[in-house]
Amino acid sequence: MTAIRIEELSHAYGERQALGGVAFEIRHGEIFGVLGPNGGGKTTLFRVLSTLLPIQSGRVTVLGFDVAASASEVRRRIGVTFQAPSLDRRLTVRENLVHQGHLYGLSGRMLADRIEDRLAKLGLSDRQHTLVNSLSGGLQRRAEIAKGMLHDPELLLLDEPSTGLDPGARHDLWRYLLQLRDENGVTVVVTTHLMEEAEKCDRLGLLDRGKLVALGTPAELRAEIGGDCLTILAEEPAQLSQRIAERFGIEPKLFGQSLRIEQARGHELLRDLVEAFPDEITSVSLGKPSLEDVFIAKTGHRFWEEEGAGEK
Amino acid sequence: MAPSSSDKLTRESVSAYWLPIWTLTWRELLRFFRQRTRMVGALGQPLIFWVLFGAGLRGSFQAPEWAPVGMTYQEYFFPGVTVMIVLFTAIFSTISIIEDRREGFLQGVLVAPVPRLALVLGKLTGGTLLALIQAALFLVIGPLLQFVGLAPSLGWQLTFGGWLAMIGFLSLVAFALTALGYSMAWSLDSTQGFHALMSVFLMPMWLLSGSFFPVPESGWLSWVMRLNPLTYGVAGLRRLMSPLLAAAPVSAALPSLASCLAVTCGFCLVTVMLACWLTHRRSVINVR
Repeated sequence: MTAIRIEELSHAYGERQALGGVAFEIRHGEIFGVLGPNGGGKTTLFRVLSTLLPIQSGRVTVLGFDVAASASEVRRRIGVTFQAPSLDRRLTVRENLVHQGHLYGLSGRMLADRIEDRLAKLGLSDRQHTLVNSLSGGLQRRAEIAKGMLHDPELLLLDEPSTGLDPGARHDLWRYLLQLRDENGVTVVVTTHLMEEAEKCDRLGLLDRGKLVALGTPAELRAEIGGDCLTILAEEPAQLSQRIAERFGIEPKLFGQSLRIEQARGHELLRDLVEAFPDEITSVSLGKPSLEDVFIAKTGHRFWEEEGAGEK
Repeated sequence: MAPSSSDKLTRESVSAYWLPIWTLTWRELLRFFRQRTRMVGALGQPLIFWVLFGAGLRGSFQAPEWAPVGMTYQEYFFPGVTVMIVLFTAIFSTISIIEDRREGFLQGVLVAPVPRLALVLGKLTGGTLLALIQAALFLVIGPLLQFVGLAPSLGWQLTFGGWLAMIGFLSLVAFALTALGYSMAWSLDSTQGFHALMSVFLMPMWLLSGSFFPVPESGWLSWVMRLNPLTYGVAGLRRLMSPLLAAAPVSAALPSLASCLAVTCGFCLVTVMLACWLTHRRSVINVR
């Protein structure tokens, strides 16, 4: 069953094209990760899905409702967790939750019970009467998540949820998201630029420069680039690359000081390489391809070098 | 999915409106009382103006024709200062829209399933209540200053009904001004921009409303002031505040109560509609 259907979605801020014809589907009850570098278009996608931005071209349905035409039906059913906390910093955690509950039509005993439950789940019960202003970044984020979950949404949208969380809190957050998926059947959509976070998703969409460059489970994506991944550090990488090409008939990819080779039975190639060029190679590592390798293979550039370029 | 009976629909839409309006108003009040300095700014400055201008302009003030004999400048200025307090409070409560947007709070409200009209009304009700609280404080404190020699005796002789009518009319003015501030704040992305608009638009609007000096009988200034909707707010308040002026003859400087009410209602309607229209659009200015 489809939770979100995106058809030929494009969006531009003035001259700058943020999304250029993106199309894919998110299934009901899965944790879907939108992975991409900053400026890749994932926050724009998030804003369109959360009904904040108008749809300039294309069509988006969320839980069967058209985002352009039935915004309030969509809003009722989704929970949204922003990258920049949407809490009122001059109110306490509890006051923020009461306010949120009222906005979603909850009140009285039912609202009080919900608040108790969310506070307990996110470990905020003893801080509920603290002003948001005086909470640490991690606690603010937890309060933000509690806020987004208050009305039992069928679908949860989270923009970079791990920002500002320490590893322990990050772990707790993911345990909570998995629990929501398994016990409540909630569909979860997260945007992230963290590979380790992407690994935890059921399926991923890779966004780069406003285009969807890959779609699939983390395992499928890794399988697409096949076999093993060799990373070689060398003094003269360009020269070495040429000699490897001459000798073994494979074309290494050059990234700065390092060379990358994707190859089945990589351990045999590693042995041959070290025997052939003992002096030229500084170090070599062999691994199963990571999502970063997938990203590089799909886009032809490193994950991080786009940062800054995308901000312009 | 659709409600089975029209009764249910009505009940649902009522709660869809009142709960968000109530919660947005509650937040507005809560924030205000947590920031005491805002009270000082919005009430203190007009109070000081009233006393200082009252003392400074006492000698040179010529009471207009319609005024009761012996009206001092401070008496004349009293309704104008009340409107100034309302204007300042309206500005301070709506400028928070820009801060809410910058801090991220606004987008959380925008993705909630709240009718946009309820969102506007919640904010405006909050701003209006704050303005009325401040104005009421001035209406109590102002006349008390006569006992320390800082103000003349104002001769309050309002009946309970008279008070109600005055507060009712003042609420209408406050609602219109809050809606005007809301529309400005909604379209601007910095508080500096708001301050600029305030000095070149809101302050002159107040100065040219008959608050500070009477509307002249002729000349370009007379026309500018007659076209200013706030002139009718100040004049209406003037008539409602003083029983002596309630029945004073109608002139350009002091329009009839009926026309004051009509213009103020129209002003209110236009500004609220503008605020709703702006809020209804999904705009890039509201994301961060």
